[in-house]
Amino acid sequence: MSKERTYGFETRMIHAGAQPEPLTGARQTPIFQNTSYAFHDADHAASLFNLQTFGFIYSRLTNPTVAVLEERLASLESGRGSTCTASGHAAQLLTFFAFMEPGDHFIASTRLYGGSITQFGKTFRKFDWNVTFVDVDEPEAVRRALTPRTKAIFVESLANPGGVISDMEALAAVGREAGIPLIVDNTLASPWLCRPIEWGADLVLHSTTKFLSGNGTAMGGAVIDSGRFDWTAAGERFRGLSEPEPAYHGLAFHETFGDLAFTTHAHAVGLRDLGATMAPLHAFLTLLGTETLALRMQRHCENAMKVARFLAAHEEVAWVSYAGLPESPYHALAQKYLPRGAGSVFTFGLKGGYAAGVRLVEKVNLFSHLANVGDSRSLILHPASTTHRQLSAEQREAAGAGDDVVRLSIGLETAEDLIDDLQMALERTAVALRQGAS
Amino acid sequence: MQKMNHDSYPNAYILDILKSVQVIAMVGASAKWNRPSYFAMKYLQEKGYRVIPVNPGQAGKEILGERAYASLAEIPVPFQMVDIFRASEAAGGIVDEAIALKDEKQIQVVWMQLGVRDDAAAERAEAAGLKVVMNRCPKIEFGRLNAELAWGGFDTRVITARRRQVRLT
Repeated sequence: MSKERTYGFETRMIHAGAQPEPLTGARQTPIFQNTSYAFHDADHAASLFNLQTFGFIYSRLTNPTVAVLEERLASLESGRGSTCTASGHAAQLLTFFAFMEPGDHFIASTRLYGGSITQFGKTFRKFDWNVTFVDVDEPEAVRRALTPRTKAIFVESLANPGGVISDMEALAAVGREAGIPLIVDNTLASPWLCRPIEWGADLVLHSTTKFLSGNGTAMGGAVIDSGRFDWTAAGERFRGLSEPEPAYHGLAFHETFGDLAFTTHAHAVGLRDLGATMAPLHAFLTLLGTETLALRMQRHCENAMKVARFLAAHEEVAWVSYAGLPESPYHALAQKYLPRGAGSVFTFGLKGGYAAGVRLVEKVNLFSHLANVGDSRSLILHPASTTHRQLSAEQREAAGAGDDVVRLSIGLETAEDLIDDLQMALERTAVALRQGAS
Repeated sequence: MQKMNHDSYPNAYILDILKSVQVIAMVGASAKWNRPSYFAMKYLQEKGYRVIPVNPGQAGKEILGERAYASLAEIPVPFQMVDIFRASEAAGGIVDEAIALKDEKQIQVVWMQLGVRDDAAAERAEAAGLKVVMNRCPKIEFGRLNAELAWGGFDTRVITARRRQVRLT
């Protein structure tokens, strides 16, 4: 029977969205370092402003280089469309802006990246968007936290920094029962390790700054829409998408654009009015990263597993939280959701506690001490004294960022060099602590 | 003709239809500027198609410069495609009308819009030698296969390393 050909992930990470530029034949995607686009005539301009035709108006809304990355990410995540933004935080703001009203509520995992907890718990409250943080290991606890104003459930597929995996299939079922979307931050897994839409997620978010760009060069974010959520089914509940939009002469996005509605709205309303647009150069750098995503993720995971095994056997180390290790409580979920590997960002605990953590990050030579993950370089951080320091001690503990916790993002270097570097730094930390104590 | 999978059309099948058709009868075309059918009609006109609206409520009036007719039978010129912008329940009757008018109007394709599907009607049309597309929008498909849909951040599912031909005047 005749049907459409589907291409493999590795083919799409290189080709999706990027055809040779038709006028010049340029094979690599050009950087359209450009703000605005000439109209054919007045009627063409009117069609563009009315959203009746496809095309570019102004780079705050859409840009040809950024559009290539958007199509590629939509393809790799098995989504319908995607919207790129200036950062991962901007993608989160843009996503909630589409359907949250003052007084609305959403449920988020307690084990999110600390920056997300601060954005949701502090800054979003200024819009009267209210979050309840819940231990999502218990779908029942999520059900109990639902209110009539709850609009979404938000989790990370692979949590930063805890080495924790969310049971997305179970959480998607809770969302479906409640008539609300499941939103999954897939930054730490990347679509090569996990595709949340295939497990029932409605929207997928990324900080493209991490593994997708892969070299620590370009800030960026993205929201990928599955195209499956019925924004109209619940009446006025998601009225930003289901009700007539005054700024577009009464056009109702979901009715007019169907499964293209969320992505169209995110550009034509979200980026238009929030302005958190991805720069064309950043889209270009991120496209270069996606071309090697599968190769890099494979090596990231291999190296992470070697380093995790080394640490788990080390006498100065109290525990290692890496879902790739069989002793991890999340190992079974890892085998289900991330069978190719549990990523390369994980935490471990130092027997020497806070004092050992702040020393260790200064003793390493090869690991870079900085606040990022998903780089080709190996990175080290003591969250309690850096990324999570805005949180209370209780929140830090709940987020898996207690005083003794060290976070690693394992890069693409020779694994033995990474292990030797940690061995050296752990020894010197122990010596320094003994000297400090005496 | 090879049996068509109506869940997953090959790109070549849709492209072939979009290249061969010049005149489209759009059943259910709306005169309201912010309705989906108006969007599709305007876009298809911009791409060089003649679109003739079929809408009993608008018969005799003009939509986007084209006179509207009450039924397919009343359209006085040949048209190669019938685009059905009506609910699935209404599609079967329109398909049967198209089958009856096939030779007189030179109809080759019956296209049912996004969300519109009637597999039994599709079988009747295919048995009569018509090509059938269901649950798709010709505007989105034209945009998808000509890379324009990608400009809005959508996955076109078109993978090719070939350079697109640009016709210069």
